[in-house]
Amino acid sequence: MSELLKVPTMAEFMAQGKQPEVLFWVGCAGSFDDRAKKITKAFVKLLNKANVEFAVLGTEESCTGDPAKRSGNEFLFQMQAVTNIEVLNAYEVKKIVTACPHCFNTIKNEYPELGGNYEVMHHTQFLKTLLDEGRLTVEGGQFKGKRITFHDPCYLGRANNVYEAPRELIRKLEAELVEMKNCRRNGLCCGAGGAQMFKEPEKGDKDVNVERTEQALDVKPEIIAAGCPFCNTMITDGVKAKEKEADVDVMDIAELIANAQDL
Amino acid sequence: MQYLPNILFAIILIAGIGYFVKNVKKLSRNIKLGRDIDVSDNKSQRWKNMAMIALGQSKMVRRPIAGFLHAIVYVGFIIINMEVLEIIIDGIFGTHRIGLKVLPQSFYGFLIGAFEVLAVLVFVSVILFWIRRNVIRLQRFWKSEMTSWPKNDGNNILYFEMVLMTLFLVMNATDIHFQTMNSGNVISQFIAPWFSGLSNGTLHFIERSAWWLHIIGILIFLNYLYFSKHLHILLAFPNTFYGKLQPKGQLDNLEAVTKEVKMMMDPNIDPFAAPAEGTEGDIPAKFGASDVQDLSWVQLLNAYTCTECGRCTSECPANQTGKKLSPRKIMMDTRDRLEEVGKNIDTNKGEFKDDGKQLLDHYITREELWACTSCNACVEACPVSIDPLSIILDMRRYLVMEQSAAPTELNNMMTNIENNGAPWPYNQMDRLNWKNE
Repeated sequence: MSELLKVPTMAEFMAQGKQPEVLFWVGCAGSFDDRAKKITKAFVKLLNKANVEFAVLGTEESCTGDPAKRSGNEFLFQMQAVTNIEVLNAYEVKKIVTACPHCFNTIKNEYPELGGNYEVMHHTQFLKTLLDEGRLTVEGGQFKGKRITFHDPCYLGRANNVYEAPRELIRKLEAELVEMKNCRRNGLCCGAGGAQMFKEPEKGDKDVNVERTEQALDVKPEIIAAGCPFCNTMITDGVKAKEKEADVDVMDIAELIANAQDL
Repeated sequence: MQYLPNILFAIILIAGIGYFVKNVKKLSRNIKLGRDIDVSDNKSQRWKNMAMIALGQSKMVRRPIAGFLHAIVYVGFIIINMEVLEIIIDGIFGTHRIGLKVLPQSFYGFLIGAFEVLAVLVFVSVILFWIRRNVIRLQRFWKSEMTSWPKNDGNNILYFEMVLMTLFLVMNATDIHFQTMNSGNVISQFIAPWFSGLSNGTLHFIERSAWWLHIIGILIFLNYLYFSKHLHILLAFPNTFYGKLQPKGQLDNLEAVTKEVKMMMDPNIDPFAAPAEGTEGDIPAKFGASDVQDLSWVQLLNAYTCTECGRCTSECPANQTGKKLSPRKIMMDTRDRLEEVGKNIDTNKGEFKDDGKQLLDHYITREELWACTSCNACVEACPVSIDPLSIILDMRRYLVMEQSAAPTELNNMMTNIENNGAPWPYNQMDRLNWKNE
């Protein structure tokens, strides 16, 4: 299956003197994390299916600096940012799509001041545009009638007010979208933000991801949908902690759409 | 001798307002101890935010019960205080209910009637607030930072309002002339019978006492503000005006760092060159914040505006799962430390003398700072546009850039980013390997 993936790089486009429609910013999780790589591939399959001319930076991509900035290391963040912006500007990138809300937020909001001005979209927004334009069609398929709840990533929702795009995609699957007690702007964090992903939590009486997973399990979903590789990891761990992995799947929206089409 | 009450009134009024002005000056001085930041942009959006969030209470009503009760007290407070104007004129000129002389009786009656109805509504709302705090014991009012003064402060304000509303109604109920006029005594006519059987002289004495206590109470309450969380009734307006306009996820880029980074990246810059004329002051004394003077004046205004409602803390994922972090405590600590610094300046003739203390460690611990997930739930929850996350981030910046005191795992993560462009130890050359896996 994987040999069918077409993943051209910006360098290849440049060599042919062409510009892609959009740059797919894969992100560190999407590049290296085993679970997140599946999301990356699912999204690429959809891009291929919709005949989107996209490119990745490949080995020229580097961390956006988000976890460094949120840890307080502004130097490291800006070093990363300025380096990335140099690469992006050299390729004259205009439009970026990413499946990571942290990369999305950083490039969209924090890069412009440092000289990086791009139109930045989260992959759920991009997929929605593809559907609206008729470039991609989706039918419920295996998800028709399934109970799906969506976990709002903080950096997509509260941070950038994107609440509807992922939900509209779930509705397109003809699935039953159920909302958790805390959703949209009141969504509870998965516990990974602000560089918490990379450290042990402080002493407390519970882990944040377990709390959030309990909220999700309360609405008895068959699938917990996520839109962020870090949320995905945290909630997957939460489901395991509650020993529910046999009953509940944690999937990215891109995977839902791709699987619905048997891609 | 007949002017004695007028003179006494004027003295009390001037003293009350004078002391308030003195404290407002102190408040303003303390806020200006913060770093200067430019918030002169986008005025129209700022006015709109102030109108919607402060005046229109748009975020208060997100919690319907508290929002509704608060709206009553807020509207009641503003409208009933129109009566203060009459009290002040009467007090200074020795008139009695000057409103009756300048307004048609029916209109005056309508106004006072409206005040009376609002007074009862405020009274009831305040009782309900008190019950929520002390009988139902809503969790957010009983967190660890809500002991001693913060806890008493919350109740004191409620008692104040109960007393003031009672005095207003008693004053009307015992005003023989006002009751015989029988216009506007919508509520007080039912209170008047409680005083039946008393002589006119006694009634007059009670009415006068209530009148005096009412205005003195208002002046005391006005001066209580500076020492209380209740400052929000004034500061909510500037605070929502100067609140953050960017998307919540956007954290500010430190300008001083940008300069250094650009210099490091530019091969044409001579690193040993003397700084250009007049730019020496551009490099800050330190990166991030370890004390209140390192924060911006908007962050300090935030601290004075906080009314300790605890919506931020009740939404905080770290706090919900038993961690020490409480965004409300971050704001309370900032204010307490700022007050301490202000007093230090007062006692040392306008000069701050190092007291061996700072906001970091003496007020806010590292454990609290590192528990934040930067999820913005606190910022979203605040009804008056306070941004506790910005303070947490500035303090983390100090810890990391000035002290290299990040938790070990975070140092590992940052080393990885430095070495191989990812938070994990994977080679940057392997970034596209997923394609073929």
